[in-house]
Amino acid sequence: MKNKKYEAIVAKHKPKEQRVQYAGVAFLVGGVLGVCAELLLEGYTHWFDVSRSEATVYMLITFIFLASLFTALGFFDKLVNFARCGLLIPITGFAHSMTSAAIEYRKEGPVYGIGSNLFKLAGTVILYGVVSAWFFGMIRYLLGIGG
Amino acid sequence: MIYINSFLFCGIVCLIAQIILDNTKLTPGHITSIFVIVGAFLDTFGIYDLLIQYCGGGALLPITSFGHSLIHGALGKTSSTGFIGLLMGMFDLTASGITAAIIFSFVFALFFKPKN
Repeated sequence: MKNKKYEAIVAKHKPKEQRVQYAGVAFLVGGVLGVCAELLLEGYTHWFDVSRSEATVYMLITFIFLASLFTALGFFDKLVNFARCGLLIPITGFAHSMTSAAIEYRKEGPVYGIGSNLFKLAGTVILYGVVSAWFFGMIRYLLGIGG
Repeated sequence: MIYINSFLFCGIVCLIAQIILDNTKLTPGHITSIFVIVGAFLDTFGIYDLLIQYCGGGALLPITSFGHSLIHGALGKTSSTGFIGLLMGMFDLTASGITAAIIFSFVFALFFKPKN
């Protein structure tokens, strides 16, 4: 009886605690990446003497390059297992999905392997981004406040 | 101050995503798609521009900023070319990120083998 009660309590609390832990790690990792992004932005505007919008491009490319490189070297998946959405929601997740698809299907050949599978996971982001941007953009244009 | 805002905004976006992931049956693919749509929606009335102004890099890094850049480029083009600008300017601001991701993925796929 006592054991059953104990097990019920364990079952009730265990997944929730894990969820709290995942959420906390995702928050911290995401936040640290955000601060790194802001630091890089300030750094690039300072070192390269470029405008903030150009520095944004450099900053995003830095993150995309690092995520692709770490995926290729094989330890980005372990980082994702640890940080989960902390790494999947920033642009690193986008680069990771493309590089991992490309590397996974490379043995099926350059056209039907890499070519057709490169956007297997990232394609949905582009599809819904373009469709929603077109839809909302049309609404705003028709309302006459575009530009 | 902008660093604290960066930390909080980027962290909270990831936190919301993680809570959705753990408590529903949605996969990361669903969540990133939803977030892109949310980003495009927020930019429709200029809210995301305010977020970028106050949160800096923290607002530019999450995938929501991808939706924001898409609609921002499209609307920017409409001011010079009219309605067709929605189609012409769609990838104006995101082209660099997508191109970089494609090139890096392809080059790394040529040189690295999958590791299990």
